[in-house]
Amino acid sequence: MRALTVIYTIWLREVTTFIRERSRIVGMIGQPLLYLLIVGQGIASGMSLNRAPGGIDYLKFMYPGIIGMSVLFTSIFSAVSIIWDREFGFLKEVLVAPVPRWGIAVGKICGGATVAMSQSIILIALGPFVGVTLSAGIVLQLLVLCFLMSFAVTSLGVLIAARMHSMQGFQMLMNFLVMPLYFLSGAMFPVQSAPVWMRTLMTIDPLTFGVDALRNVVFSGTVTDSGRSLTDLARQAQLIRWELGFDVSVMALVAVVLAGLASLSFSTAE
Amino acid sequence: MTCVIRVQALVKKFGDFTAVGGIDFEVNAGEIFGFLGPNGAGKSTTIKMLATLLRPTSGTAELAGFDVLAQANEVRQSIGMVFQDPSLDERLTAEENLRFHALLYNVPRAVYTERVGQLLHLVGLSERRKALVRTFSGGMKRRLEIARGLLHHPRVLFLDEPTAGLDPQTRNAIWDHVYRLRDDVGITVFMTTHYMDEAENCDRIAIIDHGLLQAVDTPAALKRLIGGDMVIVRGDNRLKDDLAVKHGVPVLDVDGELHFQVSGGAEFVPRLVGDFNGRITSIQVNQPSLDDVFLRLTGRAIREEEGTDLDRLRQGARLWMRRR
Repeated sequence: MRALTVIYTIWLREVTTFIRERSRIVGMIGQPLLYLLIVGQGIASGMSLNRAPGGIDYLKFMYPGIIGMSVLFTSIFSAVSIIWDREFGFLKEVLVAPVPRWGIAVGKICGGATVAMSQSIILIALGPFVGVTLSAGIVLQLLVLCFLMSFAVTSLGVLIAARMHSMQGFQMLMNFLVMPLYFLSGAMFPVQSAPVWMRTLMTIDPLTFGVDALRNVVFSGTVTDSGRSLTDLARQAQLIRWELGFDVSVMALVAVVLAGLASLSFSTAE
Repeated sequence: MTCVIRVQALVKKFGDFTAVGGIDFEVNAGEIFGFLGPNGAGKSTTIKMLATLLRPTSGTAELAGFDVLAQANEVRQSIGMVFQDPSLDERLTAEENLRFHALLYNVPRAVYTERVGQLLHLVGLSERRKALVRTFSGGMKRRLEIARGLLHHPRVLFLDEPTAGLDPQTRNAIWDHVYRLRDDVGITVFMTTHYMDEAENCDRIAIIDHGLLQAVDTPAALKRLIGGDMVIVRGDNRLKDDLAVKHGVPVLDVDGELHFQVSGGAEFVPRLVGDFNGRITSIQVNQPSLDDVFLRLTGRAIREEEGTDLDRLRQGARLWMRRR
C-alpha cells in the first residue's frame, strides 16, 4: 500500500512538472523533428533503399525510427535527472521519507514512460505528412509501444543513474551507450543491409525490437497500389524482421528485467 | 529529561577513510542541539546515519526509541529533515511541495488540510501558497522546507547547515523560527553548523573534528574551559616582560598587541591601569568565544574543506539557479 502511494506520488510529480515545462517539451520534440526534416529529407533525396519495394521511401522507413529516437532521448534525460535531483532536488526529500526505495524507482520509471509517451503523440500526428495512413487503433497501439519502450529505457537509465554521483559521467553515457543504442537500433538503416559484425550487435540492442515493432504498426494501415499493406511489403524486403508479437514479447521481457534491476540498484545505493 | 537521540560508538568508514570515528552522545527532548565543526569533520555523515540515509559501519543509534538500522521506517516517520542543499521541486507550487510530502508521510487528507494553513502561517508564507517555488528567495525556500519538515509532526527536526549561504537578516529570521518551534511546538532540533556565532544560540553543542567528538556541553560551559577572559593591551616596549613578571601569565605578542588570559577580565582592568599608569595606550577585554574553545580543543582554527565532486556540482547548481 505504501509502495503504491509512493509510485503514485513520484509519477504525479513527473507528470505535473512535465506539463509545466513547456520549453522542455519544445526542446525534446525539436531534435527528432530536425532529424526527420533535415536528415530524413536529405538522405531521402540523395539515395534510395536497396531492394525497397514500391511505396517505401527512406522517409517512411526512417519515420518509426524517429519516434523511437524521441522515446529514447526523453527517457534517458528523464532518468538521468535523478543524479541532479538526488543532490539538489525533490528526490533527496523522497529518499528520507518512510517509503520503500524500489517504489521510488518504479514511480520514476512510470513517470518517465508517461512523459515519453505523451511527447510521441506530436510525432505520431505527423504520420500523414510522411505518407502513412493512421487510424485510432494504430495510434493507440503506437502509444502502448512507446510506453513499453520508454519503460525499458528509463529503467536502464535509472539503473545507471542510481550509482552515478556526478554529471561528469553523463557525456560518457551519451557517447558510449545512448548513441550506439540508437545507431544500432535499425532506426536509420535496415539491419539486413548492415555488415555481419554490426548485424550481431544490432540484434543484441533491445531498441532494435522496439523500432521493429513500431514499423510493424506504423505501416499496417497503409495500403499500396498492389492492395497489400505496407507492413507486408516491408517484411518481404526485410525492412521489418520479426512479427509484432515477438517484438513486443522481447521488449516486455527486457523492460521487466531492467525495471527489476533498477529497483534493486536503487534500493541498495547509498 | 527524556532522551530522543542516543548514539553509541557510532563509526562510518568509506573504504580506508574514517569519516566518523566512534562517537557517543545523547540529545534531550525539547532542546536545540548543535553539531559544530569545520567542513568535512563528519557532521553531515552523522546526520545521514541518524536519518537512515547511510548505514553505520558499526555502533548503534536510536531515534525516538527506534533503531536506525532495524526500524528505519519508524525512524524516518519520526524525523523532519532540512538538507544543506535545496530539496524542493522548483517547478511545483509551495502547496504542491507540501502535499507530496503529506502523501509520502501518510498524513491523512483532513489532517493535511488543517496543518498546511497553520504551518505556512508559522513560516510567513501564507500569501505565497499557490506560487511556484522557483519565484522564492533563498530564505523563503528554507522556510518552506522547515514547514515541510514539520508537516508530519516529527519528534526531531534535523537542520543541516540551515543558514549556509543566506544573508544575515534571513539567518536571524530562520533562528527566530527555530526558537519558536522549540518553545511553541516543543520539538527537538538537531542542527549542524560551521558558524561559531550560530552555535552560541544552541542549548547544547557538540564540537566535532576529524570524525571525533571533542566536547559536548552548553556554550557557556564550553567557554569556561578557556578559564578566563582574553585581554589585549598596547603599550610601551618593555610592557610585555613587565606584564609577564607582574601577573605571572604567558603573554603573546601579536604585531605589538599583547594577548593574555585572566579570570574576571572586567575586574582586572582597574588593577592593570593602576600597575602600569601611563604606559598603556589601549586595553581590550574579550569574553572567550567558541572560536577560542575550538582552537583550544583542536589546536586549529576552523578550516576549509577541499573541493569534492559534490562541491563542484553544488557550485554549478548555484550558477545555474542564478541564471534562471
